[in-house]
Amino acid sequence: MGEEKGKKKIKLAFYWAATCGGCDVATLDIEEKILDVVNIADIVLWPVAMDFKYKDLEAMAPKSIDVCVWNGACRLSEHEELAKLLREKSKVLIAYGACAAFGGIPGLANVSNKEEIFKIVYQDTATTVNPDFVTPQEELVTDGGDKLTLPEFWNTVKSLDQVVDVDYYVPGCPPQLDTNLAMVGALANFVATGELPPKGAIIGASDKCLCEECPRKREEGKMIERIYRPYELKEVDPEKCLLDQGLLCMGIATRGGCGAKCPSVNMSCRGCYGPSSQVRDHGAAFLSALASILGKKTETEMIGEGTAEEVKELLDQVKDPLGTFYRFSLPISMLKRVQLKEKKG
Amino acid sequence: MATEKKEFEPLIVGITCNWCTYAAADLAGTSRLKYPPNIRLIRVMCSSRINPAFILYALSRGADGVFIGGCHPGECHYIDGNYKALRRIELLRRMLDQFGIEPERLRLEWCSAAEGAKFAQVVTDFTNKLKELGPSPLRSQ
Repeated sequence: MGEEKGKKKIKLAFYWAATCGGCDVATLDIEEKILDVVNIADIVLWPVAMDFKYKDLEAMAPKSIDVCVWNGACRLSEHEELAKLLREKSKVLIAYGACAAFGGIPGLANVSNKEEIFKIVYQDTATTVNPDFVTPQEELVTDGGDKLTLPEFWNTVKSLDQVVDVDYYVPGCPPQLDTNLAMVGALANFVATGELPPKGAIIGASDKCLCEECPRKREEGKMIERIYRPYELKEVDPEKCLLDQGLLCMGIATRGGCGAKCPSVNMSCRGCYGPSSQVRDHGAAFLSALASILGKKTETEMIGEGTAEEVKELLDQVKDPLGTFYRFSLPISMLKRVQLKEKKG
Repeated sequence: MATEKKEFEPLIVGITCNWCTYAAADLAGTSRLKYPPNIRLIRVMCSSRINPAFILYALSRGADGVFIGGCHPGECHYIDGNYKALRRIELLRRMLDQFGIEPERLRLEWCSAAEGAKFAQVVTDFTNKLKELGPSPLRSQ
C-alpha cells in the first residue's frame, strides 16, 4: 500500500528452511499488532504466504531488503544458497526461532547422517515397499532432455550463524508473545529512528535464566534422589520447583523471556530459549547442575564403599542425556554432532 | 631415503586439584619418577571446579584424552567437592558415549599428595591405552 504519514515503508522478507512452520504461525500470534507491521513494512518474500519466486529475489539490489526474518535450521544446500543470497540482499538478518538460532529440533538429526536417515526413511520403515532402494537424486535428465535438480542433503544440521553472518537472534520454539512484541518494537523503532540494537543481540529474551521468572519456589540445598518422567508423578505440586520434585526442568540453564509458560502448567522447561547468557554449552551446563544435586544423602554421608554403586543407580535414571540436555541446541554445542563409526566392508 | 612411520602420540589434557593430584605430580617430579610427556597439566583448586564444558572444549579442540585428578573420597580439601566431581564426570562419560567418543578417553583418578608413584603409573597407563585407541574422532575437525 502507499506511504504512511510520509514515512517510507521498510522492505521485510520472511524465509523458512528446516522448520515445522510454527514460527510463521507465531508471527500471527501477535494478532491485531500484525496491522502495525503491515503499516510499516512491505513484504517482499514470504514463501508460506505469498507467491514470490527466487528470481524476483535475485533481481533485487544488494541491501535493498531492510530486514529478513529467517526461521529454520540449515541442512540442505538450498538453505545455504538462500542464506547467502538473503544475506547479500538484506541490511539486517534475524535468526528467528530456536532452529535458526541454535539448530532446534531438526538439529537432533546430528545423531545420524544422510546414509542412515535415507535408509530408514526410504527402506526400513514398516510401511515402505522399496525393493530397489530408490532414493532422491541430486540430478536427473529426463528423456526430453530437461535437467531436474534437488538440493544436496547434508550429513550435519547447522544453525543459521554457522552458515552466514547473523545480526540478531530471537529465541524460542516458537518465540512467545512478549518476545515477538519486542521484535516488532525493535522494527518499529528502526523505521522511526533508524536505530538498531547492538549487533548480535538476543531480542525479546532475558539475560537471566528462566528460574528468575518462574513462580515456583525452590528449597535451599535440596538433593533429588529419584528422577521422574512426567507421567510417573501422580501429583505435581503446583508451587514447588519442578527440579526439586524430580522432573528434569532445564530452566536453570535456559534463557528466560517466555514467562515460564511451561512450568506454570506443570511441564518441565525443555530449553527452547537456548543457553542462558552465562552458559557456553547448554547441555554441559544442565548436566553439571543436575549431577550436583542428584543424591540420596548429603555429601558427607556418602563416604564408603556404597558410593560407586549409589552413583551408578542415581545416574542410571538419566536415560538419554544427549537428547534431553541438547534437545534444541545440539548443532551449536561444543561437539556439534555425534561421531559415527565408519562402516567397514 | 628411509621414511619412519611416526608412532601416534596422544595429546592429553590433565586437570588436577591443587591439594592432591597436582601435588602428587610435583612429588613424582621431585622423586625423578618417569612418565610420558603427553599430558599437559592444568591446576585447579578442587576437582569440583571442573565444569564438564572444559572437558568438552578440550575434546572439541583435538585432545585425545582428558585426565581428571582429585582427592580421595572423604579427603577433599573442601569436604565434598570430589563427590560432585565424581557424579559430573560419570554422567559426562555416559553422554560422551552417546556422542560416539570412547568413554575410555575420559579418565578420573584419585591421587593423594603422597601418591607420586601412583600418579606416574596411571598417567603412563592412560597414555598407553590412548595409543591403542588412536587419535580422537574429533581430530580432523
